[in-house]
Amino acid sequence: MSLWIHESVVVLMMLGLYIVIARDNLVKKVMGLSIFQVSVILFYVAVGKVDGGTAPILGEGIEVYSNPLPHVLMLTAIVVGIATTALGLALVLRIREAYGTTEEDEIVAMDRGSAE
Amino acid sequence: MSHLPVLCVLLPLFAAPIALLVRHRHVVRWMAILVAWADLAIALELLSQASEAPIHYWLGGWAPPLGIELVIDEVNAFLLVIVTAMASVVLPFGPGSAALAIPDGRRHLFYAAFLLCMCGLLGISATGDAFNVFVFLEVTSLSSYTLIALGKGRRALMAAFSYLVMGTIGGTFILIGVGLLYQMTGTLNMADLAERLPAVMETRTVLVAFGFLVCGSSIKLAVFPLHQWLPNAYSHAPSMVSAFLASTATKVSYYVLVRVLFGIFGAAFVFGTAKLHWLLLPASLAAMFLGSLAAIFQTDVKRLLAYSSIAQIGYMTLGLAMNSVNGLAGGLVHLFNHALTKGGLFLVVACVTWRVGSSKLDDFAGLGKRMPLTVLAFAIGGFSLIGVPGTAGFISKWYLVTAALEKGWLWLAILILLSSLLAVAYVFRVLEVCWFREPPEGDSGEPPPNMWIPAWILIGATIFFGLWTDLTGSVAERAAAFLMGVG
Amino acid sequence: MASTFMLVAFFLPLVLAGVIRACDKVPNLRDGLTVVFAACTFACVAMMVPAVAAGETVQATLALPFDGLSIGFRVEPLGMLFALVASGLWIPTSLYAFGYMRGHHEENQTRFFMCFALAIFAALGIAFSANLLTLFLFYEVLTFSTWPLVTHHQTEAAKKAGRVYLGILVFTSVCFLLLGIVWTYVQAGTLDFVNGGILEGNVEPWMVPVLLALFAFGTGKAALMPFHRWLPNAMVAPTPVSALLHAVAVVKAGVFTVLKVVVYTFGIDFLTMTSASDWLKWVAAGTILISSVIAVTQDNLKARLAYSTISQLAYIVLGAALATSAAVIGGGLHIAMHAMGKITLFFVAGAIMVHTHRKKVSELDGLGRRMPFTFAAFFIASLSIIGLPPTGGAWSKWFLALGATSGPEDQVFVGVFMASSLLSIAYLMPIVGRGFFLPEKPDPHHPHHGEGIDEGPLLCVAPLCATALGCFALFLLADDIREFLLPLGGM
Repeated sequence: MSLWIHESVVVLMMLGLYIVIARDNLVKKVMGLSIFQVSVILFYVAVGKVDGGTAPILGEGIEVYSNPLPHVLMLTAIVVGIATTALGLALVLRIREAYGTTEEDEIVAMDRGSAE
Repeated sequence: MSHLPVLCVLLPLFAAPIALLVRHRHVVRWMAILVAWADLAIALELLSQASEAPIHYWLGGWAPPLGIELVIDEVNAFLLVIVTAMASVVLPFGPGSAALAIPDGRRHLFYAAFLLCMCGLLGISATGDAFNVFVFLEVTSLSSYTLIALGKGRRALMAAFSYLVMGTIGGTFILIGVGLLYQMTGTLNMADLAERLPAVMETRTVLVAFGFLVCGSSIKLAVFPLHQWLPNAYSHAPSMVSAFLASTATKVSYYVLVRVLFGIFGAAFVFGTAKLHWLLLPASLAAMFLGSLAAIFQTDVKRLLAYSSIAQIGYMTLGLAMNSVNGLAGGLVHLFNHALTKGGLFLVVACVTWRVGSSKLDDFAGLGKRMPLTVLAFAIGGFSLIGVPGTAGFISKWYLVTAALEKGWLWLAILILLSSLLAVAYVFRVLEVCWFREPPEGDSGEPPPNMWIPAWILIGATIFFGLWTDLTGSVAERAAAFLMGVG
Repeated sequence: MASTFMLVAFFLPLVLAGVIRACDKVPNLRDGLTVVFAACTFACVAMMVPAVAAGETVQATLALPFDGLSIGFRVEPLGMLFALVASGLWIPTSLYAFGYMRGHHEENQTRFFMCFALAIFAALGIAFSANLLTLFLFYEVLTFSTWPLVTHHQTEAAKKAGRVYLGILVFTSVCFLLLGIVWTYVQAGTLDFVNGGILEGNVEPWMVPVLLALFAFGTGKAALMPFHRWLPNAMVAPTPVSALLHAVAVVKAGVFTVLKVVVYTFGIDFLTMTSASDWLKWVAAGTILISSVIAVTQDNLKARLAYSTISQLAYIVLGAALATSAAVIGGGLHIAMHAMGKITLFFVAGAIMVHTHRKKVSELDGLGRRMPFTFAAFFIASLSIIGLPPTGGAWSKWFLALGATSGPEDQVFVGVFMASSLLSIAYLMPIVGRGFFLPEKPDPHHPHHGEGIDEGPLLCVAPLCATALGCFALFLLADDIREFLLPLGGM
């Protein structure tokens, strides 16, 4: 049985985390976070797949369905992801207004320069 | 069955959209206050019911393990009381306009976010379903990012953003952990997981799930070295928000960790197979010492209190890591005691900010002459952080030192006591500035009643629960005995 | 009945603190009420004596922080004595403080008297405590309520002194005393004070000297070397603070704790049996001799008296370490005798300061002829400290020395007591001698006009005369006190 789906989940997860850590641009960080969350969604759906099962939609003559529960859970997770991304981008917008830039290193330098 | 459990969680959730629609800020404020007080009454009723037997409530009438259930036992009823009590005390605090940076026309949005945060915290505490924890955790997190971003100045924005990034990673880790557990057991109900896990305990998947869950909770709990978001978040948020979040968010995350470790996996796995204490014990000690040391050198009092929180969270996780009933009891009782103390201290600092306009240590000069009672409140809260007998903080320290000596770990007892001395240093640093320096020109006098009453309620509670611990100590002891017996 | 008096006496100083705050704007009312409350407190404490002497149980429980561990009171003879000393000497000290603070035009008097009342409140809490937890609670309250008194002048010097004060006292109490207390609780399962101790049968032999060390060094207020530096440092405080707190309440709380722990937590028979206190005898003896020598070298009068106090406190610790019934009773007696004597000496130092602004021994030449009552009181009190009849100190020294004769190895300590008496003559008598017999040095800053008696303010001189007479009174009362303390020796 091939595990390509799980392997790609791990790759996406690490990719997302890498972008969050390594990239200074705040918008890119939000992107990275989004990729990270998507990988988890893929993971859950993969968990729900039953061997030989179809998509969990009622249909005539179909005996084996995949597990619908992870799909339902992931609907919630997708909503959470959207909310997080939206909030993150809103914050980036405000930061841009306040600092004039969206690069983390410049912002940190400006903060260090002003007070403290 | 009675619908009280779900009402407790959902009452703020119903109030939040009403707050959005009704724009009049005074109406919204009073609605929020009444909702908090009503919720507190419900939580107290739940606590008295749960002291006899745990309450199981099936959402929508669907039976677990397929349906989602709320399980209210003594410990989380306690937590419900803490969250609602903190909200009840913090919401009426102050005239609002000085503490918050939001223009009048947007004030109702603040209360909507606050109510959502409260709903999320209550939901995390009450639920018995693992995925439900994630959902409510995200509700809490998102609303707290919003609340923190409302602070004065632009640093609050970066603080909220950093917290968003780290908090999301933490929440997603918890999600991964839950998913892996679901993959191995097929259930999401916590009690059911505890039953089904022993069969698959030896697999690598379960160990990885354990790792993700612990890591995710630790990020939300600000365990060293995952604590980086906390100082910025607490110091730049509005004082009311700091007071509320410092006393509830980390406490609820601690409870999540406790439920995961003892309610799902069980002490035998945690300390035997996974050997978590090898990691958690040094991390807690590092938090205790480095947090307190960092606090000594701060020039802003709110930042000082934030680093102090990191140290105090270290005490809580130390109790967890000791693998002893008294240790866990100490951690649980410190959950309550620190909530009171830190909430009270942040409100006191808010009173000072109202008078002097900033929370920088230099601006506290001569405060002993201008606002002596407020400084006294700060001193009492500080004594609780140090662990002076007669305050709640002493009770927690006592349990921790007793647990260390019972295990024969004299070195640990000495380390716990030494770290209390560091707290003396940073508390008295503030008191010395208030006491020894000359005050600048300006008005004197205590803050208005709607500010000093909430602050003194919490500070007074610190002394009360330092002397009469029927409600706190005995509950913690029973809960710890019960939790350590599982698994 | 006696329990009621105990609770009233305990709460009166706390209530007074609030009353003082309320009377902030009316100094005479504030000070008058202070004396009234102090007198009432002493009266209530005195009313308890018959019951305690008869062996009745006088107790009360205030709070229950832990299952099985209460915050409560249970009075026994030693605690009764300490309570009498603290509440009794509060009255002359209050009168003296009024004279001193007004004569010196001190600021923040309300805050001063409030903290004073709180300190007495804590001292009574320590005196009445039923178990180690209660004692520790009020011990810490005493530390924190006296910090504002030590740093009263709010200068840089006061700040530094406050840091040393807090640093040493809190460090020792948290790292040693609290550790000792929790360890005792884990071993013995209780913290109650029981005659004969609670440790016997509950601890391994190696633990006993370690626990004793934790308690002895943990009680920083007993100023046992090397944790004694806070006491000379605290002399930066106004003299009434030095007088009551450092000659009576704070340091007495320290040695009271040591004595109480030795008698009621360890048990003197258990200590003798395990020889666990042998090292403590030498540390105490060392403290006695070293601090006496340092006292001789000090020119600042208050510093000299501070080192004298360290030395005298170590007498009591040595008495506790000797762990014989005579030594322990002698230690208890010395609490009262030293208190009366030392408070007189500090009153004199303060009166001289307020009247002539002189702080050094070398400046005191000839002042005795100008201030005869003051210096006569100093002479009488010195006799008590040295241990000569007809003053009370003679009796306590006698019993302490007697306690050292019971064991053959202990007789060297009789020599230590004698040597220390000689040293105290060396650091106290020159002051009397200079005052009466040497010509006065003119002081350009404070020229004195004319001959004749020129005493300090009445409110300063009257109390010190009273306490000097008290030294005589204690000589006569010593046997009654000794009988009262007999239960300490296990009789």
